Amino acid sequence: MTHRCLVAKKRKSWHPLDDVAVLTSHDTGHDTGNGHSTSTGLSNNKMAMWLFLGSECLLFGGLISTYMLYRGRITQGPRPSQIFDIPFTSVSSFVLLMSSLTMVLAVTSAQRKDNERTKLWLTITALLGATFVGGQVYEFTAFYNEGLGFTTNLFSSSFYTLTGFHGVHVTVGVIMLLSLRGIISANKDTGDRAEVVELIGLYWHFVDIVWIIIFTLVYLIPA
Amino acid sequence: MAIIERPAPTASVSLRAPVTPAQSMGIVRRPVTSTGWKSWVFTVDHKKIGIMYGVFAMFFFIVGGVEALLIRLQLATPDGKILSADLYNQMFTMHATTMIFLFAMPMAAAFANYFLPLQLGARDVAFPRLNALGLWLLVAGGLILNASWFLGGAADGGWFMYSPNSGPVFSPSNGVDFWTLGVQIAGFGSLIGSINLIVTILNMRAPGMTLMKMPVFCWMILVVQFLLVFSLPVITVALVLLTFQRSFGATFFDVAQGADPLLWQHLFWIFGHPEVYVLILPAFGIISEVLPTFSRKPLFGYPFVVFSGASIGLVGFGVWSHHMFATGLGPISVAAFSIATMAIAIPTGVKIFNWTLTMWGGKIWYSTAMKFAIGLIVLFTIGGLSGVTHAVAPSDTQQTDTYYIVAHFHYVLFGGMVFGLFSGFYYWWPKVFGKMLNEKLGGWNFWLMVIGMNMTFGPMHILGLQGQPRRMYVWTEARAGEGFFNFGFWNRVASFGSLILAIGVLLFLINVVHTTRKGKPAPLDPWDARTLEWITTSPPKEHNFDRIPVVHHLDDFFHRKYQEDATTGAMVQIATGEQLVRDEEANADAHIHLPSPSYWPIAIAIGVGTLGMGVVYGVPIMIVGVLIILGSSFGFVLEPSVADDIDYDPPMSGGQETKELAPLG
Repeated sequence: MTHRCLVAKKRKSWHPLDDVAVLTSHDTGHDTGNGHSTSTGLSNNKMAMWLFLGSECLLFGGLISTYMLYRGRITQGPRPSQIFDIPFTSVSSFVLLMSSLTMVLAVTSAQRKDNERTKLWLTITALLGATFVGGQVYEFTAFYNEGLGFTTNLFSSSFYTLTGFHGVHVTVGVIMLLSLRGIISANKDTGDRAEVVELIGLYWHFVDIVWIIIFTLVYLIPA
Repeated sequence: MAIIERPAPTASVSLRAPVTPAQSMGIVRRPVTSTGWKSWVFTVDHKKIGIMYGVFAMFFFIVGGVEALLIRLQLATPDGKILSADLYNQMFTMHATTMIFLFAMPMAAAFANYFLPLQLGARDVAFPRLNALGLWLLVAGGLILNASWFLGGAADGGWFMYSPNSGPVFSPSNGVDFWTLGVQIAGFGSLIGSINLIVTILNMRAPGMTLMKMPVFCWMILVVQFLLVFSLPVITVALVLLTFQRSFGATFFDVAQGADPLLWQHLFWIFGHPEVYVLILPAFGIISEVLPTFSRKPLFGYPFVVFSGASIGLVGFGVWSHHMFATGLGPISVAAFSIATMAIAIPTGVKIFNWTLTMWGGKIWYSTAMKFAIGLIVLFTIGGLSGVTHAVAPSDTQQTDTYYIVAHFHYVLFGGMVFGLFSGFYYWWPKVFGKMLNEKLGGWNFWLMVIGMNMTFGPMHILGLQGQPRRMYVWTEARAGEGFFNFGFWNRVASFGSLILAIGVLLFLINVVHTTRKGKPAPLDPWDARTLEWITTSPPKEHNFDRIPVVHHLDDFFHRKYQEDATTGAMVQIATGEQLVRDEEANADAHIHLPSPSYWPIAIAIGVGTLGMGVVYGVPIMIVGVLIILGSSFGFVLEPSVADDIDYDPPMSGGQETKELAPLG
C-alpha cells in the first residue's frame, strides 16, 4: 500500500469514512483515487462524470429526436443527398474515432505516471479532435455556399443544431485536453492526475460514441 | 473538492484554525473571511448555501403570491379592470414560472442542501464549490426571468409556453426570450446541484449507514435528483430550439415550414411531468420525518415508503402524454398513457396508507409541524383523486384547460408541496436558527392556510366542471349562469379565500420576525427527534459534527436515546438528546478540515448570466459572457484545493504528507 494510506490511518479526517472504528469489507482503506474511501468505493469525481454523461445522453437524445422528426421536411433549398460528401465526412469521422485510441494511450500513460507520454498523447488527441472540428467548419461552409442556411428549412435548422451541438462538445473537449496538457506541464494540477486524465477521457469517448450515432443516422441512412 | 487539511501542532481541539489567503492563479487571493457579506457570497458551506436558497425561495414565494392575488383580484368582480388582458397573461405565466422554478425547486433545494449532509452524517456535500455554483446560477436565472418585467414585458405564453404561440410572430416582445434564458440558466444550476447531491447521498454516508438505514427524506431527495438529471436535458433541448428560433431565425416551430407543434409539447412534458414529482417528493420526504417524530412511532413500512417513492420516480417518466390527451394522439397512445397514469396512483396511495398507519396507535403530538403534515395527507389525497379523474382520458378531454385542472394542481402543489414545506419550516426551524417558532401563531398560520386554500381552490372544481376556461381574464355577469353554479359567486368565494390564504402566509412571516426578535433559545432536541441532524448543536457548528457518527440503526439518534427493555419489550429512555450532544462534544475529533471559500462559483454564474443577456442584446455581450466563463472556469480548476504551507497562520513546515489530496470540483 502507498504512503498515503498509512497517512490516512494515523490522521483524523473530515471525511466520514476515514478514521472509523467500524470498517466494512469494502472500505478497509483501499485507494479510490482521491485519497480517501467513499461509501460505495467509487470516486466522487468519476461518479459525477458518469451522471453528467447520463444527462448528456438525454440532451443528444432530444436533439436526435428533433432531427429524425424533421429530416425529411424540406420545403426549399437543396436535399441532403445533393450536398452530403460522404467520403469526406467518413474520413473526418475516422479521425475522430482514432482520437479515442490516442485518448486511451494518454490515460494508460497517466496511470503509469509517464508525464511525457501523457502530454504527447493528449496533444495528439487534441489535434485529431481539432482536425474533426476543422472538417466540420469546412463542411458547414460548403453546405452554406450550396444554399443550405441555418434558417432555410426544418431539415437545415435541425441538422445544424444537432451537428453543431456535437461540434461544440468536441471543441470544449479540445480546450480541456490542451488546458490539461498545459496544467500538467506547469505542474499546477490539483488532485489525482491519472484520474483527471481518465475523466476527460470518459467525456471524450462519450462525444465519439455520440458521433457514431449521429453519423449513422444523419449521413448513412437516407431520409 | 477543495479541502484544506491542516495538522494541529498539539492535540488540542483547534476547530477553526485561522487560514490566510492562498494565491489562486497567482492573481486573486482566496477569500477566507468568516464574517460579513463576503462570508455568504463566497461561501461553500452547505448550510449557508441552504439558507440562501431558502431566503431566495421565500422572496419569490411572496412575489409569486402577489401575482396570484392580482389574478384573483381581477376575477373577483365581473369585467375586472385591475389588469389588462395582456398584463393578465403575463401575470399567470410569471406566477406559475416563479412558483415552480423560483420557489418550489429552490425551497426543496434549500432543505436538501441544509439537511442532507446532516442526516447522512457528513461534514459537507461532495462538491462544495459546485454547490455554490448551482445556487448562483439559480439567482442569475431568477434575475433574468424577472428582469423582463422592466425590459418590455414578461413572458405571456403560460408556464408551458406552447408553440407556435411562443414564436416571434405571436410573442413579439422579449418576454419569452428572457423566460427561456432564465429557465435555462436556473436549469443548469439545478442539474449541477442534482449531480452533486446524488454523489453526496451515494458516497458520503456515515459509516454504517447503508441505503436502507438512510432517512426517508434522503431517499426522496435521491429520487428527485435522478429525475432532474434525466429530465432537465430534455427541457434544455426544447428551450435551445425555441431560443434558436426566436433569436437566430431557426424554423423549429414554424408551422408554415411544416413544423410540428407537438414537438414542443412532447419535449416540454417529458421534462414537465417528472418535474411534478420533483416538486412533491421532497415534501413527502419531509413529512415522512415529521409524522414518526410526532406520532412517537417508527415510520410504518419504511421499505414500502422508500420503494414507492422510487417507483413514482420511475413511472413518472412514462406518463407525460396525459398532459396532451386533447391533442389527438391516437387511441393506442392515449390508452397506454392513461393506464400508466392510473398506475402511478398506486405507489402514491401506498405512501398515504403508510403515513396514516404511522399515526395509527401513536401518541400524537399536534404541533404545528404535525398539523401541516396531516394537512398534506388530507389535501394531497383530494388533489390525487382529482388527478385520477384526469387519467381517464374521456373525462380529461372534458376538463382540459378548465379551472378543474387549476383546482387539481393547486391541491397537490399547494395542499401537498407547500404544506410539506411549511411542516419542514416548523420542524427544523429550531435546528437551523436555534429558536422555536411560536406554536400559537403557528396554529393560526395553519388553520388560516387550510381554510384559505380550500376556499380558493375548492370552488375551482365547480368552476372548471361548469366550463370556465383556465386563462379567462374577465367574466361577465350576463353569462355567469344561475343558482348554485353561478360563476360569479364561486369566483368571489375563491378571491375571498385567496385573501385568507395570504393572511395565513403573512402570519408565518410575522412568526418568523417575532421568533427572530423575541424567540426563546430552542432546546437541543425539542421534538424528541429520530435522525442524525439532531445529534449536534442548534444551529449546527460549521463542521456539523464534532465526531462523525457511526450508524447502527435506521433512526439512529432515537436508538441512542431509547433501548428496548428486555423483560417488558417497551422502549426505555437511556439518554436525553442533550446528553448525547454533550457526549459528542466531549469526544470531538481533533482535526477537522473544511472546504475553503471560493470566488469562482459566483464569477462563473455572472458569466453565464451575461451570456444569457447577450442572446437578447447582441453578440458582443455574448462574447464578454463567454470570456468571463472561460476565465473563471480556469480559476475554478486551477484553484489550489490543497493549501500551501505558507497559507497557514502560523506557517507550518514539512506537513505535506498529512494533507488531503484534493480532486476536481
